[in-house]
Amino acid sequence: MVSNLVELRGLKVAFDGVQVLHGIDLEIGRGEAIGLVGESGCGKSVTWLAALGLLPGKATVTGSVRVDGQEILGQPRNVLEGVRGKRIAMIFQDPSSSLNPVLRVGRQITEALAIHRGLHGQAAKAEALRLLDMVGIPDARRRLELFPHEFSGGQCQRVMIAMALAGEPDLLVADEPTTALDATIQAQILDLLIGLRSETGMAMIFISHDLGAVSQVCERACVMYAGQVVEQGSIQALFDNPRHPYTRGLFDAIPRIDGPRQRLVPIPGTVPHPSDLPEGCAFSPRCSHVAIDCRTRRPELTAMDDGRRLSCHHPLGHHPEAHHPVDSTRPVEPRALEALS
Amino acid sequence: MTSPLIEARGLVRTYEVRQGMFGRMTPVRAVDGIDLKVMPGETLGVVGESGSGKSTLGRMLLGIDPPQDGQVIFDGKPMPKLGTREWRALRAKMQFVYQDPLAALDRRLTIAEQIGEPLAIHGLVPKQFQAARVAELMSAVGLRPDQAGRYPHELSGGQRQRAVIARALASRPKLLVCDEPVSALDVSIQAQVVNMLRDLQEENRIAMVFISHDLKVVRNVADRVAVMYLGRIVEEASSDVIFSTPLHPYTKALVSSVPVPGKLLKGRVILQGEPPNPARRPSGCAFHPRCPIAADICRTQVPQLLSVADGRTAACHMVAGVDQSVAA
Ligand SMILES: Nc1ncnc2c1ncn2[C@@H]1O[C@H](COP(=O)(O)OP(=O)(O)O)[C@@H](O)[C@H]1O
Ligand SMILES: Nc1ncnc2c1ncn2[C@@H]1O[C@H](COP(=O)(O)OP(=O)(O)O)[C@@H](O)[C@H]1O
Ligand code: SF4
Ligand SMILES: [Mg+2]
Ligand SMILES: [Mg+2]
Repeated sequence: MVSNLVELRGLKVAFDGVQVLHGIDLEIGRGEAIGLVGESGCGKSVTWLAALGLLPGKATVTGSVRVDGQEILGQPRNVLEGVRGKRIAMIFQDPSSSLNPVLRVGRQITEALAIHRGLHGQAAKAEALRLLDMVGIPDARRRLELFPHEFSGGQCQRVMIAMALAGEPDLLVADEPTTALDATIQAQILDLLIGLRSETGMAMIFISHDLGAVSQVCERACVMYAGQVVEQGSIQALFDNPRHPYTRGLFDAIPRIDGPRQRLVPIPGTVPHPSDLPEGCAFSPRCSHVAIDCRTRRPELTAMDDGRRLSCHHPLGHHPEAHHPVDSTRPVEPRALEALS
Repeated sequence: MTSPLIEARGLVRTYEVRQGMFGRMTPVRAVDGIDLKVMPGETLGVVGESGSGKSTLGRMLLGIDPPQDGQVIFDGKPMPKLGTREWRALRAKMQFVYQDPLAALDRRLTIAEQIGEPLAIHGLVPKQFQAARVAELMSAVGLRPDQAGRYPHELSGGQRQRAVIARALASRPKLLVCDEPVSALDVSIQAQVVNMLRDLQEENRIAMVFISHDLKVVRNVADRVAVMYLGRIVEEASSDVIFSTPLHPYTKALVSSVPVPGKLLKGRVILQGEPPNPARRPSGCAFHPRCPIAADICRTQVPQLLSVADGRTAACHMVAGVDQSVAA
């Protein structure tokens, strides 16, 4: 039997008694890249902060997080530290949260190498150079001596990736790593992540609210809404045929760079506050497909024939032709089809 | 023929910037000779990487940041000096909306109080009608009446931006300069705010300068788009054509960097390198170090922004049509 690299089971999080994560199930196979998408506040970051034991003390975390079959949730600090950075590394949107502003970049990388791989002195320095080179920092030897503020936003992101690679992790969790960057630099970083993955064979969780970016780096995606997974499947299946109205809404909201110019297609309303979740399906107040039972019965995440998982009482049709546009000003023309053809 | 509502002629803005922590002060030409026109009711999109001078240009159009050279003409008259009575009077006609609504709003005032502020400041509406006008503005931007008494931190990002827009509209402006107004919002909410802006603008015939690094949003909002690189416009055309048939190599690179859902990154041209430091502007065409088709002339001669087709301009030695128009 092939075991998964990481398995989350029924992961729940509450802050001061307010539940924000309602039982997340997710398996990550070795070397696999999975996108985690959804609007802000849906629990994407909290899922991984909880899994890695990085949430503040007021958070109550329950469920199970297994790495290579071994439970890590609630384990003592030394166990967690053996996992964080070494087995699973995490990078964030804001490099300043991971880089120390008063330490030279080279020193920060060699420290990570000492902790995770026991490298010191010349060996550590040589490896730091190799890492900076690998993430595309030109003139690495000189740049080791610089401070984080002497790097541009895109380069800071590269330095942070180099530090994350220091422990040779099996899984890299990248939390909105390109959100604050220009599209040109974003494309470079995505390209880098794709390249690093094929070079090192590490698995990746790519957290982003940008479905476009996710589809460039991942094979699978997991759509989250209000602290739950609402649809999960291969990128291809989700793009061809999004079945959860929320997934469909996220696709439709992306303005197009090609085709005729048209009115944008928003999802009405906003993500509910965790302390004020609607009854039944949490998405029901914003859903284009809502029926009476949606407002009273909460849908369960269920496995479908085609391998996806879905949590909706009235999923959108099986065939792309059957999609009805959310906005009547939009022609019936599923962009997913075009994009994949 | 109608005349432009706002016109920029040869705008230049230089900042003195320290290079490194202990370096010398070096002049940075943030805006380096910009000409543009916006007609009443028209939307001009401005795109470019960060540091290209978009925000500086936006502030200069409103007279907040005075030009070192060139001038801004608003409604046929030169922009009055910052802080003068004439300038303050004009400010009611031109409003600014920027990325961070939380910074734009006063956290001690309710939403209704903030939206009502310009009405009182500019004495636009008699006191007894102010509440009604605030309610009207709130409904125009899609805020619920029960949100009137809320404070900024009690609203979501999208709702805050709606409140900022309502306040900007209070004085019935003729021009809105929006600097990355939806960049901090989720795509789902972005679409709500963009549609609302467009509707209000069309209903009230407001001209708009819409600054954003997001090409997809700009394309769907703007009638015309100007692409900036290091303080200069390198291409300008209608938004129907500029991203479908970009002419300037930089515009092409920007377009190909936009992630398209379902399309893999592989096979696309990814622009290498970072935007250059404006304090060290490359010689000739400032884009030449990153340009895939740069020739010798590009390293030495500055390309001028010239007409290349009907309603299109580009500043590139290698764009066909430029030479003819020089001769013409
Ligand atoms: N430290 C915290 N204390 C209290 N609530 C939090 C904390 N961190 C996150 N939350 C709440 O948990 C929910 C999920 O947040 P998050 O995982 O950051 O969303 P996402 O990453 O999808 O934008 C949100 O409602 C957020 O306000
Ligand atoms: N107040 C300022 N003082 C010094 N330099 C500035 C100031 N504002 C902008 N700059 C510089 O001018 C250039 C253009 O900046 P900006 O107009 O903010 O660009 P954009 O909005 O396109 O990112 C940048 O190099 C920036 O560092
Ligand atoms: S002028 Fe030359 S360097 Fe500049 S964009 Fe055109 S081809 Fe490239
Ligand atoms: Mg997050
Ligand atoms: Mg700016």
